Amino acid sequence: MQWRADVAVMLKPGVNDPQGLAVRDGLHRLGYAHVQDVRVGRYIQLWLEADSETEATAQVEAMCQQLLANPVIEQFWFSLTAQPVPAPNGTPRSGGA
Amino acid sequence: MRVAVVTFPGSNGDYDALCAVRDGLGVHAELVWHTTTDLSDYDAVILPGGFSYGDYLRAGAIARFAPVMDAVRAAAAVGKPVLGICNGFQILTEAGLLPGALLRNVNRAFVCDWVWVRVETSRTPWTSTIPEGTVLRLPIAHGEGRYYADPATLAALERDRCVVFRYVDALGNVTEAANPNGSLGNIAGVCNAAGTVVGLMPHPERAYDALLGSASGLLILAAGLNVASARPVVVSGLEAGQ
Repeated sequence: MQWRADVAVMLKPGVNDPQGLAVRDGLHRLGYAHVQDVRVGRYIQLWLEADSETEATAQVEAMCQQLLANPVIEQFWFSLTAQPVPAPNGTPRSGGA
Repeated sequence: MRVAVVTFPGSNGDYDALCAVRDGLGVHAELVWHTTTDLSDYDAVILPGGFSYGDYLRAGAIARFAPVMDAVRAAAAVGKPVLGICNGFQILTEAGLLPGALLRNVNRAFVCDWVWVRVETSRTPWTSTIPEGTVLRLPIAHGEGRYYADPATLAALERDRCVVFRYVDALGNVTEAANPNGSLGNIAGVCNAAGTVVGLMPHPERAYDALLGSASGLLILAAGLNVASARPVVVSGLEAGQ
């Protein structure tokens, strides 16, 4: 089965996020004074082959621990959807360089 | 003695390191491509600054998988001096060879400046000939140099004397104003438990001649290569802080 994993990676709570503060300041300047806090993270989509959702979960968990997130500073969440790998956007199937 | 300076795609401090070792110290150094799998012919290894693999995902996150990193691990395992400078420091933390991580500077800016750093311990090869408390003048150039470790790791680093360099003012005092990036504890560089692997954000290889504004970076390189070599590596006529 083919699965799509949607992975979100965020700095752990308590780790100062200057990027989030900059975005919060921008929102304040736009007039959204009620915005209390902003934190900016990373969103990753990947497709994988796995026999079951349990196996896919174990694989994505391991990928996050080993590369997609740095457990020293970041935490992550992900969801899985059964979905075939999409064709690459606008990429010819053959005849390319 | 032979020193390996590893070039990753996106390294930009490799030639600086090569010149500092060759011209500043008269020691044989070679650039080694990231696909190299054996560093056993070398006595010391330097991971230079730059933006390896475009800093994709996180600084150092992809470089950690370069073939050469197994050889760097092997060199570290047998106690050869390993020095990670700037991006090299980031790579060593991502590879788990050094504790902690380097985060985006707290002031959101890429900081390119001269700083003072205090040598906190002489127990590493790279500080072995520098008295503790010595204040060095070194340049920095980074956007992600804010040292972070969780409180337990930080306490262990302090207890085990693994903090090697700290940002200070010209008089050697740890102050908030002297901290260029928001690093916890003003930490500019750390070492592994054995002390043989050292990483720091400042650039000693860009301070190897008074013409460049400071020659105090040579003290660090000379100290490490002195340990790596059977023959003393001497820096003549140089005072710390120059």
